[in-house]
Amino acid sequence: MITVTGLRKAYGDVVALDGVDLHVGKGEVFGVLGRSGAGKSTLLRCVNLLERPDEGVVTVDGRELTALGAADLRRARQRIGMIHQHFALLSSRTVAGNVAFPLEVMGVGRAARARRVAEMLDLVGLADRAGAYPAQLSGGQKQRVGIARALAAEPSVLLSDEATSALDPATTQSILALLRRLNRELGLTILLITHEMDVIKAVCDSAAIMSDGRIAEAGPIPDLLATPGSRLAAELFPLPPAEPGTVTVALAADQTLLSRLARTYDVDVAVAAGAVEQVAGVPAGRLRLRITGAGTAAALADLRERGLLVEEDA
Amino acid sequence: MTWSEMSPLLWEATGQTAVMVGWSTLFTVLFGLPLGVCLAGTDRGGLFPAPAVRRVLGLVVNVGRSLPFIVLMIAVIPVTRVLTGTTIGTAAAVVPLTIGAVPFFARLVETALREVGRDVVQAAEAMGAGRVTIVARVLLPEALPGLVAGLTVTVVTLISYSAMAGVIGGGGLGDLAVRYGYQRFETTLMVVTVVVLVVVVQLAQTLGDAVARRLSHR
Repeated sequence: MITVTGLRKAYGDVVALDGVDLHVGKGEVFGVLGRSGAGKSTLLRCVNLLERPDEGVVTVDGRELTALGAADLRRARQRIGMIHQHFALLSSRTVAGNVAFPLEVMGVGRAARARRVAEMLDLVGLADRAGAYPAQLSGGQKQRVGIARALAAEPSVLLSDEATSALDPATTQSILALLRRLNRELGLTILLITHEMDVIKAVCDSAAIMSDGRIAEAGPIPDLLATPGSRLAAELFPLPPAEPGTVTVALAADQTLLSRLARTYDVDVAVAAGAVEQVAGVPAGRLRLRITGAGTAAALADLRERGLLVEEDA
Repeated sequence: MTWSEMSPLLWEATGQTAVMVGWSTLFTVLFGLPLGVCLAGTDRGGLFPAPAVRRVLGLVVNVGRSLPFIVLMIAVIPVTRVLTGTTIGTAAAVVPLTIGAVPFFARLVETALREVGRDVVQAAEAMGAGRVTIVARVLLPEALPGLVAGLTVTVVTLISYSAMAGVIGGGGLGDLAVRYGYQRFETTLMVVTVVVLVVVVQLAQTLGDAVARRLSHR
């Protein structure tokens, strides 16, 4: 749905993007993690060409944006929703007026606009606040308006620029849950950038980590968990330093891993440490196990074969 | 001087001031608003950056603002003649008043537009809005309370400028104060004129503040 290749962008001597390739599949929630200054914000703003990259190609929903003229680009942008860290709502317009704005830009008629606005406000649970001004809303409500506005024009893609960074933890969770629901119900593809691990864990199917203008690592989260030496997995699921005689395994698709090992190989499996959380609604993480018994070698071979063995510390 | 002697003089002068300030306010908005939009838009990081254009506009505006009004009024007499066919009278005074207030108001417009968050403008760009749409539907509505506040200051300044219009026969309250209060030692009329001016300025400011507050939803 979103493909970015060879993206480079420099501001004077500062290189913000140093050859970035990224692919986000249809219906996927893709998170880019990085510290401030890593280039993730520039990357996101290059996807809808708010920033024009010095080099590289951006394709969204089959259209090569970097090849479009100004008018075509404006039309293409109408199909790319965006939500912002500080909401970027129009203070002079009501909630309904804000949601109607992209429709006005597109030239949608008054009646159709009113219908669509009501639909969107229902979707984000703000139907009763249609006449309120943004200044009268809480942060979470403002971001809901932002989401309703971003989706009003029925975009195929939603870009999220640190959308929850200005919100408290409980509100963050409810906004993330909303994004996840929209992703499922509407088949919406979401590309989000964040500096918070929790955001990645809560909603993302896939993730990338950025530093110094490059993508250091990227992939579906279950794959990353099973990748030895993965920095992203280690940051998302930090484990204490390894003890002798333990192994680290990825917990993702195979939820009954432990009982299966015990049954099949007649081994005892003890958990020495673990970091497991709900990732996109499914328990995932890493476990450090101490496997003992006659079948230990066979059990380890099984794990290795399935690509679940991340570390052997024996 | 009795009240019945002063009353017609005061009414006439107030009417002249109202005509001068009214028309020049209208023309000031007509020319100053687009100029202010251009000043803000042509800036680096603006909606349509054009550093060269901005330098020229800025220079013109600064020249206009650096002339004391009484000098400007005399200096633009040829322009006044071309535009109104005369160089004296209330209508003729509208020309220098407008020329004097346009740069002033344009700077206030520029400042008000700058107050609109960059993120809001970018959000509109991300939605595929063009520049005209952004100016008309984002910048101006968002800046409206600031624009009204700027207009209020401009009106008060115009009232003050219009006091000098007596020099070119424009009449008005300032002229009345100079001719009767100063040249004829009519202290009572002087005091009354001052009171009327204070009341008029107060009214303008109060009204402007009320409208600006009403429009602001921040």
